[in-house]
Formats: sequence, structure tokens, C-alpha cells
Amino acid sequence: MESAVLNVTVTPKMETKSPDTIANNVILKAEDFCASFGSNQVLKKVNMAITRNHVVAVLGPSGCGKTTFVRCINRMHELAPDATVEGKMIYNGDDVYKMNPVVLRSHIGMVFQRPNPFPSMSTYENVIAGYIFNEIKLTKAQKDEVVETSLKSASLWDEVKDILHKKGTSLSGGQQQRLCIARALAMKPKMLLLDEPTAALDPISTLKIEELLVTLKETYTIVIVTHNIQQAGRVSDKAAFFYLGELIEYDDTKNMFTNPKEERTQNYITGRFG
Amino acid sequence: MMAAKSNFFNAEERTFRLSLSAIALILILILVGIFCTLLSASIPSIQASGWKFLFSSAWDPVTNDFGSLPFLVGTLLTSLLALLMVLPFSLAIGLFLGEYYTEGRVSQTFKSVIELLAGIPSVIYGFWGLFVLVPIIRSIETSVGVIPYGIGLFTASFVLAIMIMPYAVSITRQVITMVPRHLKEAAYSLGATRYEVIQKVVLPFSRSGIFAGILLALGRALGETMAVTMLIGNTHSIPHNIFAPANTMPSVIANEFTEAVGTIYTSALIEMALLLFIVTAIVNFIGRQIIKQFAYDDK
Amino acid sequence: MINNVERAVRTRHIKNSVFKWGVIAFTFIAVLPLIFILYYLVQKGVTSITWAFLTHMPKPVGETGGGILNAIVGSAIIIFMACIIAIPFSIAIGVYLSEFPKAGIANWARLSIDMLQGVPSIVIGIVIYEWVVKPMGGFSAISGSIALAIMMIPPIAKATEETLKRVPAGLKEASFSLGASYYQTTMRALLPAAMSGILSGVILSIARISGETAPLLFTSFGNPYLSANITKPMSSIPLLIFNYAISPYDEWQKLAWGASLVLIIFIFLLNIITKIAERKWKVQY
Repeated sequence: MESAVLNVTVTPKMETKSPDTIANNVILKAEDFCASFGSNQVLKKVNMAITRNHVVAVLGPSGCGKTTFVRCINRMHELAPDATVEGKMIYNGDDVYKMNPVVLRSHIGMVFQRPNPFPSMSTYENVIAGYIFNEIKLTKAQKDEVVETSLKSASLWDEVKDILHKKGTSLSGGQQQRLCIARALAMKPKMLLLDEPTAALDPISTLKIEELLVTLKETYTIVIVTHNIQQAGRVSDKAAFFYLGELIEYDDTKNMFTNPKEERTQNYITGRFG
Repeated sequence: MMAAKSNFFNAEERTFRLSLSAIALILILILVGIFCTLLSASIPSIQASGWKFLFSSAWDPVTNDFGSLPFLVGTLLTSLLALLMVLPFSLAIGLFLGEYYTEGRVSQTFKSVIELLAGIPSVIYGFWGLFVLVPIIRSIETSVGVIPYGIGLFTASFVLAIMIMPYAVSITRQVITMVPRHLKEAAYSLGATRYEVIQKVVLPFSRSGIFAGILLALGRALGETMAVTMLIGNTHSIPHNIFAPANTMPSVIANEFTEAVGTIYTSALIEMALLLFIVTAIVNFIGRQIIKQFAYDDK
Repeated sequence: MINNVERAVRTRHIKNSVFKWGVIAFTFIAVLPLIFILYYLVQKGVTSITWAFLTHMPKPVGETGGGILNAIVGSAIIIFMACIIAIPFSIAIGVYLSEFPKAGIANWARLSIDMLQGVPSIVIGIVIYEWVVKPMGGFSAISGSIALAIMMIPPIAKATEETLKRVPAGLKEASFSLGASYYQTTMRALLPAAMSGILSGVILSIARISGETAPLLFTSFGNPYLSANITKPMSSIPLLIFNYAISPYDEWQKLAWGASLVLIIFIFLLNIITKIAERKWKVQY
């Protein structure tokens, strides 16, 4: 029963798969992908393939387009009125820009820079917010189940199980951010996008979230934007370095950190600019 | 020499500061004075009628028997009816300008139109209502089968609704614009449609601010005089349906104050002004406190 | 199963667009009254407005023609006196609130401004009747001006305070570093820099009070004759509109339509001037 309910929310359209998707287990692929706001092009011909159950760190100095790239994956950049894209973004064999954004976004979870639980909802309601928005009716038992599993996956359950019905905004910053992760996980996404999730947090909360990411990658594919190079080194399997809207280098994190092919990557990693 | 100069400066500073403080004090005294004047001028009526003033429907200058109940009821009914009419529109325009079209030529045009509506004087609204709206309402009343007065509660409330709309809209728009972007983005990222974002994030967040806007609009409506006076029908009885003529506190004052003879008659009208002052002050005070709270919470 | 989800998504999208179009429809409907009002004002008023209309006195009942000269002159005098009383006073309060925001009575003064803004205009009329008309022994133009002046205080004081707060601290420091006193700094550096904001506050407050009728009913009262004596009753445009609008005579109603159009044009012009003042004369900080 429970799995049936959850299937409703997660089953993406599995139609024709390109051979390369199946062969390399690629979940997301950008092909000559460009994005602009008005006349300002912020992403230039990005080509990139992301493998299932990897953690990909997106690096680069401020204004390099890394946040825009991540927001293009679930079409959040479209909230700006003059946003346009060119090229292709393939998710699970489907062109993202031919999918319904509402459906797409419920398949790809997102966590933002600043913890943003809904202030009008309790911790409990925040976790099932995705179901509330998507008007998916759950029984009390199913809700409890979703809340408990999601909070456990976000390593928050033990800290909040007694205050589930207090406002989500009453938690500490680090707890709020893990609540937001739980909120994204509750929708059983295949992919999780994190836009500098620890930028607003203290070191201890940051550590907890980093530990969490390592356990989450068994189930999810994770793309994390960060400008903390050490963090990228600690959590990611692959790293992508963006500079002035271009994808300069994309490689295994270890390779990139020990033996970068591009000079600009080298300069950034060694802290010569950024 | 230097010492002398700095002394001169100090004296000048002190005078400057003191005179500014004095002016601020005068401002406070004006407000306190308004209240005290109303209160002291109401004393003859308060002594003559007591609490009965609030609950009696008598209004007889010959026997000096005054009760303001019909006017209290009339004021509340016109104001609440106007609020009821204006609410869906102010909400819609607030969302239109605060969420859907926050910038660009369309929103600029609508903002100007609403400013213009706010600029039209009350007496012109009343005049327009009397000659354009009243015949329309009269024909509606004929077809509905009530006595076709034309003027009355409904007509007055309708014009009142148009008049208070700009106030309700301006606050609704502001609080809707203040809904943090990161909250809306969180909802979109979970797959919400815009309607769902509005319903589940924007409106719950701005609810208290929208309520404050309604309160401030109510404050306006309660004290509105000219247009209502021209359209309410000025009948000293409690209205029995929403098309019936009635009267409001400001209208009674406007109509009878210059003609009132005798201390108690005049004093009764001033007591009504006192009531009006107190009620609008309370409504405005609460509305402003909520808005301050709202602006504070946002930070 | 998938079909169910797709159907649900489709319903949600339909709801989404129905709501959006509902919002748009309500917004457009709400604008209709303005179009209606302006249309009638122009249609009924435009034929009355001639040179004679602006320069002649109203004619007695039964005679055609006539103008509203007495009301125009009266309004001009009453508003002018209100400005003289209110503008310096209100600017001083704005300066006080922005320069000494935490002084003992600043919060009380700020609260008073807020409360004063909410006082119904008819109540102000009554109070000025008690304060001025009664002691003077009769209705007078000056009492009307005082009533309007009280209504002008909140918008001007607020505009002054807000604009002064936005003047950068550097300007003040520069003035002090040149040895200027507080008083000189305020008068020669701060107020001129904030001029456009204050001016638009002033013009907006004039626009707001020039249509006020209720506070004039028991103060300046109205006068069918041309008068420039500020201690005697005086006519004004809103009072004339009110008296003629509810009169049973066609000719007078026609005068009232014409006067309404004149008043509206005046108020709209002031609004436009405010907009231009805000845009054009803005000091670049």
C-alpha cells in the first residue's frame, strides 16, 4: 500500500532510452546548453553528464553561472521573467524543457542557500509540504510514515520527534536546513540539487550536513553548488568547474584536485582567485 | 575668541533643538486637545442621556431625547458592506500588482489609475452616485421588488467601496510584495503551481498584513462623510433591508450641526463625533500596530 | 496510475489559469468605476467650462449661465492660508523626527501623526468650530484654513522625515567638517537636498485637501458672494459642488458638474506635477 502511494509521486516517464543513458547509467545530460537573462548570457554551451548515485560538486567564483546551471536543471531559473535557454537538458531520457515543470520539480528535489521552511507550517507539515502542494491525499498513517522516514534520512528525527507540531521556524539554522532536506526527500526524488546548502550555517551544522550527503548518495544523485573547495573535496565524486559561464573542467574530484588539466582550474583550486 | 564662538554655537543649537521640540509638543497637544475638546463639549449630552445614548433610537430635539443607535447601526452596516464588496477586488489587484505583474507598463498604468481613484474628492463621488448610480440602483430595486428609493444603504456602501479600494489595495499590494522570494522558490521547487504558491505560501504569509489593510480601510469608511451623506437617504430609523435608507454618524453631524439649537442637541452631535473619533482611533491604531509587526517580522 | 497523476496535474494547471484569469478580470472590473466617473464628469461638465464660467459669479435661480468665480477665489484663499500655517510647522516636525528619532517625545509625536491622519475630517470640522468659530463669534475663511492645515500636517511631516532619512550621512558630516552648526547644516545642507521629496509631499497634501468638504461645513461655511475677507464666511469649490448638487435646479446642477470637472483637473494636475517633481528634481545622492 505504502509503496503504491509513493510510486504515484515518483514514477517518471520511462519511455525510450538512448543507449548511452542505459549503458553509462547517466541520469542527467546537458548538451550545448546555454541560458540567458535578457541579453545577458550566463551559461555558454555547457556539455555535461551526471551518473546515477554520484555526488557532483559545482565549483567556481561568484557570478560564474554555477547557481544558474543548477536552477536550469529543475527549471527554477524560469521564475525570472526574461529567462531563456538553448540546447538540451536531458533528465532520465526526457527533455527537461518539454516536460511539465510542475511534474519535473516534484521529481528533482532542491535545497537552497538559506534554510527556508514555511513559517506558517509546523515541522510535520513542512516535511509533507510537497504532498500538500501537489494535492496528493495521504492517510494519517501514510503521512506519519513519510514524515518519519524523511526525517530519519535527513538525520533529524531524533532531534525533533517530540516537537513535530511546533513551527518549523523555531528550529536552529542547521536543523532548519536538514528539515528542508527532509522536505525534498519526502517527495522521493531521484535527484537532489543543493545550492550552497551550508553557506548560512555554522561549522558543526555544516559537518552534519556533509555527513548526511555521504549517506544520501546511496539512494540519490546529488548536485551540490559550493564555493568551499575543501567541502567539494570531502563530499563529491566528481567536480565541475565553471568560469564566466563556461564549463572549464569536469572530472573525478580526486583527479581535478591533484592534477587539473586547465590552468584556470588550478588557479581557482589553489585559491589564486575566487 | 574661539570659546566665545563655540558658546554662541551651543546657544544656537539649544534654541534650535528646543524650538523643534516645542513644535513636536504642539502637535501632540493638538491631538490631545481634539480629544479633550470633544469630551468636554459632550458632557451635557453624557449627563442628559448617559448610556442610553448608545442604545436608544429616539432622536427628538424638541424633548431633548437623544439616542444614536440607528446611526451607529447605519455606520457599521455601510462600512462593513463596503468592506465586503471591496475585499475580493482589493485582493485581486493586490495579487495582480504584487505577484503577477510587479513591474512593466501594465502594472504602472494600474497603479496610476488607483492613485487617481484615491484623488477624487468625496463630494464628487457623492455627486456622481446621486446622478448616475441612483437611477441604476432604482431600476434594479424595481425589478427586485423592493421600494425603489434609489438612495439608501446599498448605494452608499457601493460608492464607499469604490472610495476605500485604493487604501485597501495599497497595503495589500505592499504586504504581498514583501513575501520573501526564498519561500516562494521553496514551494515551486516542490512542484507547486503558481496558484498553489499563492494559496499555500503567499496568502498565509501576508494574512495579517492584509487584515491590517482592511482595518485601515475600515477606519476610512467609518469617518467618510460627504458621499455617504448624499446617498444614504438620511432616515432616522434602523434600516430593515440593505436597500433601505438609513443614516450614519458623520452624515447626521454634517446635516444637523449648523442647525442644531440648544446645548444638549449640539452636545449630542459632538458626543457622536467623540464616538467616531474613539472608534476610528482604535481601528487605526490596531491596523498600524499589525503592519509594524509585519514589517518587523520580515527582518 | 500514471494517467491519474497526469490528470491531477492537468486539473491543477486548469485551476492555476482559472485563478490567474479571475485575478485579471477582477482587476479590470475594479478599474471601471474610474472610467465611468471620468466619462460622466467630462460629458456633463465640459459644456459648462468657458471663460465666463471661470470669471463670473453664479446667477440667481431661473437665470441661465453664470460662473463659479467666488468659489475659485475662495478655494484659492483658503488653501493658500492653510499652506502658510501647515507647511513650516509640518516640515519642522519632520526635521525633528528625522534628526532626533529617539528623543523623549519623538515616539509620541510619531504616534500623534499616525492618529491625526486617521481622524475623520468631519470631526476636525467640529473641533475647529469649538476652537475658532465659537470664540470668533461666527463662521470664517480662516477657521476653514486651520481645519485644512491640521489635515495637511501628517503627509508633509512624513514626507519630510522619510526624505531626510534618505539623505546620506556624508552630506551632514561634510557640512559639520566645514564648521557649520546643527542649525546651519539643517537649513543649508539637509533641507535643500531633501527639497524634491518635501515638495512632492506638500503638493500631494494640497491635492488631498483641495477636495475636502466636510471640515469646511462648520468653518468657512460658504458664501454666495465674492469675498476676500478672511474673518467672514467664504465659498469654496467643494462646498459649492455640494450645495448645488443637492439643489433641485438644473442650472445649479450644471454649475456643479462644471465645478467638479475643474476640481478634478486641478487635482490630477497636482498629481502629475508630484510625479514629475519626484522624477526630474531628484537630487542624485
